[in-house]
Amino acid sequence: MSVTSYDAAAAGARPSGSARPSNLAPVLRVEHLSMRFGGLVAINDFSFAARRGDITALIGPNGAGKTTVFNCITGFYKPSEGRIALQFGDPGVWEELSALTERGTRSVTRGDGMLFLLERMPDYLVAHRARVARTFQNIRLFQGMTVLENLLVAQHNSLMWASGFTVLGALGLRSYARAERSAIDKARYWLDRTGLTDRADDPAGELPYGGQRRLEIARAMCTDPVLLCLDEPAAGLNPNESADLGRYLHKIRDEHATSILLIEHDMTVVMEISDYIVVLDHGQKIADGTPDEIRNDPRVIAAYLGVEEEEVAERAIGTQ
Amino acid sequence: MAPEASGLASRVVGALRQAAITGLIAFGLLLPLIGFNTVQNIRNELILETRWPLLAAMVAIIAGGRFLHALLIAPWLARRALRPRPEHAPRARLARWLVPFALGFAIVYPPLALSITGVQGAVKWIDNFGVQILIYVMLGWGLNIVVGLAGLLDLGYVAFYAVGAYSYALLANSFGLSFWILLPIAGCLAAFWGILLGFPVLRLRGDYLAIVTLAFGEIIRLILINWVSVTNGYAGVSGIPRPTFFGIPFNASDEGFAARFGLEFSPIYRTIFLYYVILALALITAAMTVRLRRLPIGRAWEALREDEIACRSLGINTTNTKLTAFAMGAMFAGFAGSFFAARQGFISPESFTFMESAVIVAIVVLGGMGSLIGVAIAAVIMIGGTEIMRELDFLKAIFGTNFDPTQYRMLLFGFAMVLIMVWRPRGLIATREPSTFLNARRALPSRAPQSEETQASLVRERHG
Repeated sequence: MSVTSYDAAAAGARPSGSARPSNLAPVLRVEHLSMRFGGLVAINDFSFAARRGDITALIGPNGAGKTTVFNCITGFYKPSEGRIALQFGDPGVWEELSALTERGTRSVTRGDGMLFLLERMPDYLVAHRARVARTFQNIRLFQGMTVLENLLVAQHNSLMWASGFTVLGALGLRSYARAERSAIDKARYWLDRTGLTDRADDPAGELPYGGQRRLEIARAMCTDPVLLCLDEPAAGLNPNESADLGRYLHKIRDEHATSILLIEHDMTVVMEISDYIVVLDHGQKIADGTPDEIRNDPRVIAAYLGVEEEEVAERAIGTQ
Repeated sequence: MAPEASGLASRVVGALRQAAITGLIAFGLLLPLIGFNTVQNIRNELILETRWPLLAAMVAIIAGGRFLHALLIAPWLARRALRPRPEHAPRARLARWLVPFALGFAIVYPPLALSITGVQGAVKWIDNFGVQILIYVMLGWGLNIVVGLAGLLDLGYVAFYAVGAYSYALLANSFGLSFWILLPIAGCLAAFWGILLGFPVLRLRGDYLAIVTLAFGEIIRLILINWVSVTNGYAGVSGIPRPTFFGIPFNASDEGFAARFGLEFSPIYRTIFLYYVILALALITAAMTVRLRRLPIGRAWEALREDEIACRSLGINTTNTKLTAFAMGAMFAGFAGSFFAARQGFISPESFTFMESAVIVAIVVLGGMGSLIGVAIAAVIMIGGTEIMRELDFLKAIFGTNFDPTQYRMLLFGFAMVLIMVWRPRGLIATREPSTFLNARRALPSRAPQSEETQASLVRERHG
């Protein structure tokens, strides 16, 4: 039963995936990324690119190094080797990549295009300047603060600017009041999108689990990200909630200038929503391609999917 | 009728038995502690004294307390636990009236004390109670920014208080600058030291930060003791100029405050003036806290307390955010310190021991982290309680003339701490008022009844 729904879901996702133009420039390029913790090699010479406007999934068995890749991209870890480049605006700025690498600085601007080398930036600047937002495997909300406050904290940098780094805001200037109103409007937009408007003034820790997951994504979206990194967004959700999540992510991709990179274990979700899949095992890339290609790739089946399908079959026999 | 009487009799017997056991244990424990006392006589010989009446009184109090508890309080508590919990609307109404009432009382307190106790008695009540409590209220509110909002446990807060006090004392003595010029300077210097300390240590978290700040407090105190050429060491700085009424000194001369305003000279005017100065400073601290909580920086502080990693993932520069909290808290301590120096006229390192830091942290923790009202109540109880103990002279009639109630201060502090931790583990006022609401109209009426009760009732109401 689970196998049929999985196929149907994947088939349903095909048209939207293949209809999209495929010649877009990448938003993120990870090249020869390696991360070693002492003698342990967590990631070994890993390269991939995520195209703009795509939902790219990073999958692999437990301990494959997926979250480590995320932590390197978002600046929480400094990779041992490799280059992580992110670009937005005019794609022509990609031509500056080798010059930027040689120069040793963090970013380069050409026209309205900007190119960042994320491995050179501290975590908060990756979020603030390079506009990479992320969520966490174990939800990290500001539990004691209300849902609305969570979304306002996400707009900290623009509000700090509007409040004149607290000085003008403390004096009670009009311009700050206006900025706060527009921040609340933006929060309200995301609350409406996530169906959390009624709970806006409740502490975030009191939301049900699925609501907390949605709020964490809404909070990340409030930073206006170019790249949204989701670490197992469907973990702990029931099938209905997972399907909702898929629709929600598609809407984000289609209506906002945000590309999505996600780690996920739930194969139904992955096959349904992703445009491109990268498979990681023991810190190395073993395959990448469209959901169809990945599903039929023998290496992937051997490393990952094959085991799971066997288990499913065994369980089906067991119940009969 | 008959079973009721026998029930009562059996309850009395049971209570008596419990009281006897408790009294026996108390006697066993207190015999060596209270019953015997060693004193040095005039020839430096150590002799053993006995204090049987004191021992008997204490054992009697303990046994009596146990008897009353077993007979009356325990059944009452059991009955109360069975009753459904009443609505908390009256308590919420109390909370709403508490702030304006407390503020009004603080403003009319000096004339009130003056009219009740007369000029002689009023100095004590305004200075020892009013000014002393308000200094700690201000320190508590200042530390509340660091500990309550930003969640950085600072055990060396008194160091910034000392920096403010010595800044005022030394600059006033050396350059003859006035209180009103030095007050902001002292605040800035303290904030500067806050940033200086903050840079290296704020990458530490939790316990480690607490230990380093504790050490910093001791370093400042040791510098004050040992840098004799500047600070005059243990002897302290004396002859610190007292604050003037915007240029008019409080003295008996013709130019003095009393003469100018056609009043009879009395030290009470200065005391009242100081009272209003510290009241104004404390209210400024509170107003700043309330204001900052609604600004992005205040929300970032609270977010930092909740989850630092999530803050960084949202692009918040956590180092700068922590530094501003540290500097802001230190600045208010600096203000309070320079006021303290001006009020005392004499300061020495003795006033800035770790004990002071501990008392201020205790005030913030007991009051409820982040709650201005809670911190103020805790300061009134802790500092006012200490001062009131000096007034309990009648206890000497019971425990003998050598009995000094203030020696039991720390014991009572500890007792209060244990009670609060059992009764309200998150402080006197544990609820948090959100900094903003999505629906402003809905906000106040629907929130008010819940403001006093913990969030648990909210859960019960909606999802039980």
